[in-house]
Amino acid sequence: MERDTHFILGVYDDEDVLLHAVEQVRGSGVKIHEVYSPYPVHGLEHVLGYKRSKLPIAAFLFGMLGLTLALTMQFYMMKFDWPMIIGGKDYGAFPDFVPVSFEMTVLLAAFGMVGVFLITSNLKPWAQPRIFDLRSTDDKHIMAIDLANNSSLDLDKIKEILTESGATEVNKKSFE
Amino acid sequence: MAHHGEHHYNLDQRFDFTASIKKSILTVLVIGAVLLGIGVVLAITGGNHEEGAEAGTHAFHWYERLYASIWVNNVFFTGIAIIGVFFFAIQFAAQAGWSAPILRVMLSLGSWLPIAGVLMLATFFVANHDLFHWTHSYLFDKNDPQYDKIIDGKGAFFFWPMEKGTFPVFYIARMVIFFGFWVFFFNKFKQISAQEDQLGGSSHWYKMRSWSAFFLIFFAVSSSISAWDWVMSIDTHWFSTLFGWYVFASWFVSGLSAITLIVLFLKGKGYLEMVNENHVHDLGKFVFGFSIFWTYLWFSQFLLIYYANIPEETVYFVERLESDIYGPFVFVNLGLNFFLPFLVLMTRDAKRHGVFLKLVCTILLLGHWIDFTLMVQPGTLGHNGGIGFMELGMFLVYGSSAIFVVLGALAKRNLIAKNHPLLEESYNHHI
Repeated sequence: MERDTHFILGVYDDEDVLLHAVEQVRGSGVKIHEVYSPYPVHGLEHVLGYKRSKLPIAAFLFGMLGLTLALTMQFYMMKFDWPMIIGGKDYGAFPDFVPVSFEMTVLLAAFGMVGVFLITSNLKPWAQPRIFDLRSTDDKHIMAIDLANNSSLDLDKIKEILTESGATEVNKKSFE
Repeated sequence: MAHHGEHHYNLDQRFDFTASIKKSILTVLVIGAVLLGIGVVLAITGGNHEEGAEAGTHAFHWYERLYASIWVNNVFFTGIAIIGVFFFAIQFAAQAGWSAPILRVMLSLGSWLPIAGVLMLATFFVANHDLFHWTHSYLFDKNDPQYDKIIDGKGAFFFWPMEKGTFPVFYIARMVIFFGFWVFFFNKFKQISAQEDQLGGSSHWYKMRSWSAFFLIFFAVSSSISAWDWVMSIDTHWFSTLFGWYVFASWFVSGLSAITLIVLFLKGKGYLEMVNENHVHDLGKFVFGFSIFWTYLWFSQFLLIYYANIPEETVYFVERLESDIYGPFVFVNLGLNFFLPFLVLMTRDAKRHGVFLKLVCTILLLGHWIDFTLMVQPGTLGHNGGIGFMELGMFLVYGSSAIFVVLGALAKRNLIAKNHPLLEESYNHHI
């Protein structure tokens, strides 16, 4: 195995071919690093065997945080820090707090979810993206195979599997 | 999508309304009737000593409670029936494909409408003074000590073009027109769907979409006005501008729960094999989402009235929250119709598995029935209301009758609109 080659790329023209190819390649024991496509391909995450995102859990937890903060803030301000009678209501009038609590729950759930998504997807502003093949932003689907994860397989064997699965090109790619 | 397979479903399947299903429904009916009988006997024998002490108001009669109970169920089950037709029409207006195999389940709910209309009209004529305060003619007589200026101001809405306090022509006309058109649209949908079964092609789908659009326009107006007429006019002095939507939301959640339960029931019997967890998930999302929508409206109505603190508006909530009878039910109402579906149906898995949905939808039907009881009883019965044998019995009698009619209608035709142009899309529905 050549030391300077880290990735093998299969280039696909058609999403239907790609979906079957993913199943076929995984079926022959090759571990796929990632598939890059110019647009979302329905069912791709399913054939790649991705687990469901845990993002909803983050949304729930951040939502709960927002709710707690909102209620604490309002009760503290309105009942203890600077008690005010508004509309003849009690200091700690719960119904008054519901709209703000709702909005804070939604706000923090949304912000938290976006933040967690950016961090876990490596979309930090300072992150250096690795471009495998520029055409994956135009009209080609790129299947990347990390050789480090497939050390038991021969390089030529992987190339053969990719060609058989319908790849129009099979390329090598290394990053510095 | 990559996995378009060939599908070989039995599209000519027909629901078999077997003797054993009929027997179960009739058993519930009999149980309901027995409970109702016990409730009536209890009401006759021990009902009205509380009111006797209060001078000035009219004496309370046991049959008022019976009328109120009938009225609650008239409104509640009419709502479920019309929501079936409404949700059916929405599918066409939205050009939805996922729901194609369950369209006839939705439409079948409408078969209760003609009966509901007759019951509603009959109940109004029998019980008018006992349910609707505004029907008393002395309210409109300036020389009468009980003359009511506010109700007089609203009189034309009920009595036009007749003299106020006589026969409520406008009110009755609206009831007849609403039910008339609802039944007309329901029959039209049924007829187009039957033609599609015979002739195929996409022209019936386009026809249905046009008729759906007309129905939805009519329903947008009639659903709000029927809520004012049938529910809000009980508390004649009081009004809320979002009441029409509030009643609609309660109807919608109940109707969606009924549709979901019937679909799950049919699946349990081995029908509708093309309806998988993806379709069930969508129904679950509707039930979940519109439960929150109902809560949003409940709270919007409450918060504005509570915050503004105008006595003529707050009276509605004072009557309910400060009452020993209704106070607890206000919180039961919120618990069953908001917290329960919100927490139980929050996860994806809960919406995809029939067990959770069956539980939540059954409770929601009960919960929204309680909601309607809370809307009707305080204004009609005052502190003589409550949920007892009579109310539960009446609920079971109405519920079992309605489901008998609906399943009977479902069994008469093919369960699936076999030539619906979007069936293939629904087979491949994947979320």
